[in-house]
Amino acid sequence: MWKTLKQIARAGRISERPPAATDAPVESGEARVRDELLRVLGRALAVRVVDAGSCNGCELEINALANPYYNLEGLGIHLVASPRHADLLLVTGPVTRHMEEALRRTWEAMPEPRLVVAAGDCACGRGVFDQNYACHGSLAAVLPVDVSVGGCPPTPSDLVQGLLQAVRRRA
Amino acid sequence: MRVMAPDIALRQASVDANGWISFAKSMAAQSSRLLALWGHDTGTGIDVRACWLGAAGLDLACLLLAPGAQQYPGLHELFPAAARMQRGLRDMLGVHAIGMDARPWLRHDAWPDGWYPLRIDAGSVPTVDGVAAPYPFVAVDGEGVHEIPVGPVHAGVIEPGQFRFSVIGEKVLRLEQRLGFTHKGLARRLRGMSAVEGRKLAARASGDNAVALSWAYCRALEALAGVDPPPRGVHLRALLLERERLANHLGDLGAIANDAGFGFALAQFSRLKEDLLRRNAQVFGARYPMDVVQPGGVCVDLDVAARDMLRHQGGVLASELARLRDIVDQHEGVQDRFRTTGRVPADLASRLGMLGLVARASGQAGDLRALPTWAPYASLGVRVAASSDGDVAARVSVRFDEAEESLRLCRLLLDGLPPGPVSGPWPAHVAPGLALGLVEGWRGPTLVALQLGADACIVSCHLHDVSWQNWPALEWAVINDIVPDFPLINKSFNLSYSGHDL
Repeated sequence: MWKTLKQIARAGRISERPPAATDAPVESGEARVRDELLRVLGRALAVRVVDAGSCNGCELEINALANPYYNLEGLGIHLVASPRHADLLLVTGPVTRHMEEALRRTWEAMPEPRLVVAAGDCACGRGVFDQNYACHGSLAAVLPVDVSVGGCPPTPSDLVQGLLQAVRRRA
Repeated sequence: MRVMAPDIALRQASVDANGWISFAKSMAAQSSRLLALWGHDTGTGIDVRACWLGAAGLDLACLLLAPGAQQYPGLHELFPAAARMQRGLRDMLGVHAIGMDARPWLRHDAWPDGWYPLRIDAGSVPTVDGVAAPYPFVAVDGEGVHEIPVGPVHAGVIEPGQFRFSVIGEKVLRLEQRLGFTHKGLARRLRGMSAVEGRKLAARASGDNAVALSWAYCRALEALAGVDPPPRGVHLRALLLERERLANHLGDLGAIANDAGFGFALAQFSRLKEDLLRRNAQVFGARYPMDVVQPGGVCVDLDVAARDMLRHQGGVLASELARLRDIVDQHEGVQDRFRTTGRVPADLASRLGMLGLVARASGQAGDLRALPTWAPYASLGVRVAASSDGDVAARVSVRFDEAEESLRLCRLLLDGLPPGPVSGPWPAHVAPGLALGLVEGWRGPTLVALQLGADACIVSCHLHDVSWQNWPALEWAVINDIVPDFPLINKSFNLSYSGHDL
């Protein structure tokens, strides 16, 4: 236990200031993001992630959001297990036809108004996997998309920025 | 057709149906592992191919079926790992292994039965009429037995797949997997593409294994082109591969301990992983350097400052890792969850033909980096990690050992970085043929079988991830464990869905 506590103290607090949504001239900051989420939503932002056939690169970066540098939950953004608890659907991958129904059903299970963010080049329709017999080639071919976050894979900062942009659209 | 493998001995045989089985029997007799089984439409019949990995290197058997022939002898009784590969081959090309499980595997409802995407004359995909029949999972009978269906969308941020548990109380009697949800039509997309261009797609068959995939792809292509990258380029490839292994192992160590309720470890290991990725971005231009390995070498060189940064980071990571290993090893609660959980004993691992990291945790020796023919590893004296317990604790311990070894290898690679260019000239013409590129990725041997035509365009490209071999072992690992231990066991395997579904 002593070694564990010592290690926690040694690592210290390393959480960083989050980025601003690109269309926001205001200064970035943890408190500002929390305030904005509270103002728009009245509570934390609940996000459901669906992998619609990604190469798993996007999942690595979404998982990185939970590390102490990005400290996603500290900003008031929470990844949830059930779509019924989610305000926002974050989708990765070129939308394989084998994932289409599960994706639609996840979206349909969400309470309205529901936000949709396409994460990564594939979901944005400019990935290496083309439209073909097995793939739609973009999220927009299947669901209405509010914000697209490019990158292969997108960086964690870009992902946070995309989530905040989407919330802003609802304001 | 010429067939080659650049870094390992290769024997190749063209066989008929009888020869196919006797070849497989001789492979079983010499304890070779089935590495991959796939097919290729030659236009005048399907060429069924199987590749084994053994002590003497690779063995490739090709069985060219007569035009219109739809059957070949199944290998699943000799090599259980063949079962799903045969089902995948049937879904792609419409040839059946005699005696195989008749259920579809990669085909769900996106295309109808009877249409085969990799047939040359397949044309555009026909529409599927009506609602697809539910997948016939095997039912377990008996008083008190009930089923827990899971997926394809999981509770956490992971790839999609279905798991069907048959349980009694909390005890798992049977787990059955269903994969194929991330099938992207990769093989068909690669066909006809320029060989140099194809590497980007190959790297993204499984993003967490991108360096291994792109390296294996480039080695296959380089073999056909008659090119060997300069020593500095080869060293940098190995540096990238070891950093990919480290990133994955650090991520897994945190996530596995977190699934045993030790959140501290997730915070600490994910911090170290993030440090590593940020340094990658500074030095290699990307947190995940998926496109740095290129035909002929790599596209990034290191200056003195970059080398010093990486060396310094290696030292910091080594001491952090040692401290964290001490904490995890001495945490009684965590070790209690790890030990005896999700066991795959050595004899079962051998029977299932497991490969790679999870096999090494179940007493199966084997790491391509120990091959005397694979540069630059042959000169580094790689110490292969091993454990015989086969439980979660063993898979954690192998990861710790391999992470430590990767840090040592990175130091050796940085210290001994040869001078010169990082990439060689690329020839204007590449002769046709089939080449097998093989690289020990972080999960295990990653195979790329690349066949080129006369115009240096891809005729067929088969990418193989060891997840094919190891997914069935996970079904065995959970038997008699309790349902709440499944996430922990699954995480300790951490297999690829995308690399399998393609």
